[in-house]
Amino acid sequence: MKFDILIAGVGGQGVVLASRLLALAAMKAGFHVSTAETIGMSQREGSVSSHIRIGDEVSGSLIPVGQADLLLGLEPAETVRNLAFLKKGGQVIVNTHEIPPASKPPGSPAYDPEGLLSFLKASCPGLLCLDFTKLAGEAGTPKAANVAMLGAAAGTGVLPFSKETLQKVLEAEIPEKYRAVNSTAFESAMERIS
Amino acid sequence: MTEKKLLMGNEAIALGAIEAGVQVATGYPGTPSTEALETVIRYAERGGIYTEWSSNEKVALETAVGAAYSGAKALVTMKQVGLNVASDPLMSLSYIGVKGALVILVADDPGPHSSQTEQDTRAFGHFANLPVLDPATPQEAYELTKLAFELSHEYEIPVILRTTTRVSHGSGDVELGTKAEMEAGQIEPVAWDFEGFTKDRRWTIFPRLTAERHPWLEGLQVQLSERFSTLPYNTVSGKGKIGILASGVSALYAKEAIRGFEEIFTLFRIGTVHPFPEKAALDFLKGIENLIVVEELDPYLEEEVFKLIGKKHLAVDVYGKKNGYFPVSGEYSVGLVLDGIDKVLEAVGEPSRLPHASPVVLREELPPLPIRAPTLCAGCMHRTVFYAFKRAAKQFRKEAQVGQKEQTEQAMQATQTAQEEQAMQAVQTSQTDTIFSGDIGCYTLGNAHPLNMVDTCLCMGAGVSIAGGLSRTNPEAKHVAFIGDSTFFHSGIPAVVNAVYNEADITLAVLDNRTTAMTGHQPHPGIGVTALGSSSKAIDIANVVRSCGVEFVKTVEVESLAECVEAAKTAMEFKGPSAVVFKGKCVGITKSDKHCVIDPELCTGCGFCVKQLGCPALALPGGEGGEGGEEEEGEKARILDNCSGCGLCAEICPSEAIKTEEVLK
Ligand code: SF4
Ligand code: SF4
Repeated sequence: MKFDILIAGVGGQGVVLASRLLALAAMKAGFHVSTAETIGMSQREGSVSSHIRIGDEVSGSLIPVGQADLLLGLEPAETVRNLAFLKKGGQVIVNTHEIPPASKPPGSPAYDPEGLLSFLKASCPGLLCLDFTKLAGEAGTPKAANVAMLGAAAGTGVLPFSKETLQKVLEAEIPEKYRAVNSTAFESAMERIS
Repeated sequence: MTEKKLLMGNEAIALGAIEAGVQVATGYPGTPSTEALETVIRYAERGGIYTEWSSNEKVALETAVGAAYSGAKALVTMKQVGLNVASDPLMSLSYIGVKGALVILVADDPGPHSSQTEQDTRAFGHFANLPVLDPATPQEAYELTKLAFELSHEYEIPVILRTTTRVSHGSGDVELGTKAEMEAGQIEPVAWDFEGFTKDRRWTIFPRLTAERHPWLEGLQVQLSERFSTLPYNTVSGKGKIGILASGVSALYAKEAIRGFEEIFTLFRIGTVHPFPEKAALDFLKGIENLIVVEELDPYLEEEVFKLIGKKHLAVDVYGKKNGYFPVSGEYSVGLVLDGIDKVLEAVGEPSRLPHASPVVLREELPPLPIRAPTLCAGCMHRTVFYAFKRAAKQFRKEAQVGQKEQTEQAMQATQTAQEEQAMQAVQTSQTDTIFSGDIGCYTLGNAHPLNMVDTCLCMGAGVSIAGGLSRTNPEAKHVAFIGDSTFFHSGIPAVVNAVYNEADITLAVLDNRTTAMTGHQPHPGIGVTALGSSSKAIDIANVVRSCGVEFVKTVEVESLAECVEAAKTAMEFKGPSAVVFKGKCVGITKSDKHCVIDPELCTGCGFCVKQLGCPALALPGGEGGEGGEEEEGEKARILDNCSGCGLCAEICPSEAIKTEEVLK
């Protein structure tokens, strides 16, 4: 068994936490995991991504191009930026919530989230798009968009572990103060998808 | 069965050190090494481990050396460029050796992701005659840390544990020993059972001692190479006729690249890279005619294997970086290793080809994407200071230009040709400019558009001295050196002393945000808090600068832009070394109770705030410059949730449309 997940987003969106939760769930299900995260200076409003490799064997933490089974995109442009990692037939879940870049250095192309979303729709059959930030906001905080997307991933049934396993990890890892909001976000996203 | 833990490589290293009985741990923060010492610190109080963030890597190493001379087990952590700072003590230490154990964690950064060099610590180990271990996963990092302590103790030599970003910052499932398995709250204190320092001439380096020790050091290389050949961290798999030699994470990439085609290859993975395990390599090379070497950074293994082939007159063809089969720089990946191996297969006439993955879309087919460069946080004090100096410099330029215009006009009457006129204008701009020397920290991001306030950046502490050098060769320009608080203590002070001693006409701008921000907010000597969180004496930067003999020293709380501009200007006017210490808070660790709002009635949509500051909390619809990139006047600017209410944009808004609000957070 081998299952590769890529999470893409912008610094501050909780990519690292989402990746940790998935990795822990995979371990609970008895697999080896290795993850690679963007940590450090690039986090400050920059593009960030996390690679999570789940399998029977230990592998290097970077997913090879064209091998990801699942791409969770917390923002449209960052989803497209990482699309080459996705294998043919891989699943994409994208948060339609826009985050314009903080500055526009000379020569940087314009931010066109709608164009990017239609590109995604055209290239990924079975694309799931939803404003997870809004959904999380309704659950209590827009910050839980990352956890909401995990709920959506669980809802698709593609993950190599059960949604209960993931929920257990969530319960154990998220501080009590935020637990209720996060599980609401998780569950309502899961329902919306399945 | 013990339960596995999900650990980052750096955490696994810390737990490996704890399992090995580490008693003293020191370091200086540096990405991607920082979390190793941070983790030891979490266990330190209960575990009875002495830990400190030292003022720089040289100091950290020397402190650990003192402990190891006394028979203690010591760990010191740093990033690869930190090893350059620590290289002075390290090079001598090779000859002297240690008594307890000394393990040096050095994290390399192929890419590089967050470093100024792509240097290879395996090569450094070779240069310094020190053993180097090179793990590929957090599990291996944990085990090799323990091995490093054993080897260091047994051979009385410091051992380098070298990682790369993907190992230090990657996470994985790790099976731990009993002690390391314990949580920070339950761990038993380590026995403080070393014998203490014994006076002996072996601890005092002298030319004669070095001459005596050098043969020992060279002999040790042979001994270690033999020992390494017997260790289980160097493994051979497969029986194919094409050999692959690899270490670190590259070995895993190679393993994955040949999956399904293992029968063609024999893979030799090396975990103990220096001294090169010759015997094991010779065994592996039996029957191999074609050898592929897969490694990031330097062609270290490739050169070692060349030496061996030459020495033993082996008939082996080597395919690696040196003959262009693999890239000489940058980070590797499975895809890249696949391409390299495929090229080799073609060269040796092997009919089979490795399967390449087929992505949904190729990178080249992606639509244009906005650049999302890292930026200073919303409300970062550095932005205010950079902008203040920008304004101050502009004022100087104006004044100078007025003065020069008069001069030029007089000169113009005398000059005739257009060429001469042009030459004169070119000189004018450079003479009236201010040159801004930057340094290493979050504030290096001041180089980004639209601030563009970092003209030079080289290494920790270099900004001040480079400004001094520039002032000699560009005497008409103003020279400002930005330096962060932690960097000031790290290596800024000798440069300040030099500026005073040699009378450099420079302005030092200390960006004192009371933390080592970029690496994740570690304390430093200016804060009055130790690594463990206990209070200590806070060293006042302004006093240090004053006591170095700087006559113009001003301290400014970064609250209003106008005050910062004023301070910048007076300091720049001062003849000789001057300094302004800008004090503020890092918004990365302080919660703000303010927020700014734009009054849509007053905002004319000029976009001035957005275009001048590059604050990530300020946006024009469609990004800076409006939709389509070009000026679309009339679109109102917006302030996003991440605004921390610093008020900088309010101060520069030409229509006074921005107001500050108190918020309950
Ligand atoms: S972390 Fe602190 S110092 Fe770094 S950019 Fe953010 S506010 Fe500025
Ligand atoms: S007040 Fe203005 S400059 Fe400061 S953080 Fe908020 S939007 Fe950015």
